[in-house]
Amino acid sequence: MNGLAVGAIYGLTALGFVLIYKATEVVNFAQGDLLTLGAFIGWTFIVPLGLPYALAFILTVVAMAAIGAGLDRFVMRPIIGQPHFAGIMLTIGLAFAIRGIASLIWGPQERGLPTPFTQKTSNLGGVLVQDAALAIAAGTVVLCIVLYFFFRHTRLGVAMQATSQNQLAAYLQAIPVKSVFTLTWAIAAAVSGIAGLLIAPLLAVELNLWIIVLKGFGAAVLGGFGSIPGALLGGALIGVAEQLVGVYVDSGAKGITAYVVLLVVLLAFPRGLLGDPEGKRV
Amino acid sequence: MRYVFKTSHDQDIDLLRHKQDWGWYAALAALLLALPLAIPAYHVSELAFVFVLAIGSVGLMLLTGFTGLISLGHAAFLLIGAYVEAHALRAGIPFPVSLALAGLAAGAIGILLGLPALRLSGLYLAIATLAFSAIVEHLFAHWKFLSAGEAFLSVPNPAIGGVRLGSGIGYYYVALAVLAGSILLSLNLLRAPLGRAFIALRDSPIAAVTLGVPLARTKATAFALSAAIGGLAGALYAHKISSLTADSFDVLLSLKLLMMVVVGGLGSIKGAVLGAVFLGLLDPAIAHAKDYLPPRIAGQSGLQLAVYGLILVFFVLFEPQGLAGRWAKIKAYFQGFPIYRRAMFKRTKAYMSSERMR
Repeated sequence: MNGLAVGAIYGLTALGFVLIYKATEVVNFAQGDLLTLGAFIGWTFIVPLGLPYALAFILTVVAMAAIGAGLDRFVMRPIIGQPHFAGIMLTIGLAFAIRGIASLIWGPQERGLPTPFTQKTSNLGGVLVQDAALAIAAGTVVLCIVLYFFFRHTRLGVAMQATSQNQLAAYLQAIPVKSVFTLTWAIAAAVSGIAGLLIAPLLAVELNLWIIVLKGFGAAVLGGFGSIPGALLGGALIGVAEQLVGVYVDSGAKGITAYVVLLVVLLAFPRGLLGDPEGKRV
Repeated sequence: MRYVFKTSHDQDIDLLRHKQDWGWYAALAALLLALPLAIPAYHVSELAFVFVLAIGSVGLMLLTGFTGLISLGHAAFLLIGAYVEAHALRAGIPFPVSLALAGLAAGAIGILLGLPALRLSGLYLAIATLAFSAIVEHLFAHWKFLSAGEAFLSVPNPAIGGVRLGSGIGYYYVALAVLAGSILLSLNLLRAPLGRAFIALRDSPIAAVTLGVPLARTKATAFALSAAIGGLAGALYAHKISSLTADSFDVLLSLKLLMMVVVGGLGSIKGAVLGAVFLGLLDPAIAHAKDYLPPRIAGQSGLQLAVYGLILVFFVLFEPQGLAGRWAKIKAYFQGFPIYRRAMFKRTKAYMSSERMR
């Protein structure tokens, strides 16, 4: 159960990668730092400003969406159409910058995030589960349902899907591709902000939260970049695999399980488990 | 403006285009050889460290700048080189041999990573190398066989001809020699068929394979060479930090190497060196700037990260050809003085080659 909760987090962060990759074919290496930023912004609303949790949650999501949109508009847009490498380097630079600036504002010390679920456990059919873990699982499920309906049943969602399938064709259908990109970034940043808020009670609000995202990355790849159910499946797989290795093999090996799984999957199924089967191969 | 009047095909692949350049490079070599005698010991060792960074950067440039394979895990090769060097010296193997061993070992692991990586490209390769380096770092940190059971593996301090390597001056000359060697190796490689094949693979894998470039072998060779040069850099880096822990070779070091390559200018050996010099100067500059900042900001470790990130963003957005590109532009401005126009180096419209089927 704990494995699934952790896996849900990996899946949630993977969701952010997948959203941006699907629409813009850029891999956002700054996703982890957006997550950290979300946790810090949430902490600022809750602790120094003393806002109630629900309000702080909404404000954080709005702030993160604004940041995501701003990043796309002012940083990512000039490199539309440039080779992949430019996108990778640019987002790595962004990741450094966000992490550095967050540490300049909030400082390096760890802090706890008091929420309605912090430090509580529930009894689920004889198994003790941390409430924060339940919140993560519930949040992931709700978010997925919302995103599913958004992509299937709203004009905007369908437009985003069209863009992700073929940018040129979408443009010719009078879909404003650049605005769709900005919106995608806003949604992805908001999702990672939510992920940050959900994870923070389980861990702590600190600058090293981004490392979790390296594993979320694994989840995204495992599921085949560009597939949302794949990302969630990948996250769950990695979370469970980590717990199993931690119990049955060696607790030290737990830390690298995600990477080993990732490498093996990449070598065996270069396009992920649920990726597009027809890839261009050279 | 100087025109080259070519009278033989060999001139196309000459190491330097103009005869006069030999004079300039000889002067640079003489300056670098004489420098340790003139500047304080602290600066000598700082400079030697910049050389070590430059070696790693040249290695990564071969892979990323010329073959077009992105590696986010190059620190792993430095780590392997560093540990092999330490173990070899502790086993009593003399110094230059241990350095060669470090290079060979890293190169062998490079092939090991390179072979499966053949199936991957672009983004997936970047992620695979990232995972690889995380695994290597973890193994060296936790497997007692590799780390000799010590959290900090001390590196012996060998002597060549009576000069200790740990001393600033001995280290300086060794680093300079290895750097010059790896630059010459890379430059000569790039004018040989293998180097041409690297560049062809970067620019269009399909066209390269059609023209008979063996894709698998060429990519694996690129990985091996790049890793071997990285291993040499790692071995020298080991002497710099003198007690090894796997943590000093984390993702951040890989990203630093990648940053040197990008800031210097992809696809240029000169750029690799310029990038290393830039990063080597950046750290002292930030340390210096801290004296003038309010203590609340200066006391944070994040300042360095923020500056790194902003510089990277700046270069990708505004100077994609890096410092080497800027150098070429300045040169063109003065050589053709009145006729330089911005559009001469305007970024041509590039079309992203999608990884999806269209």
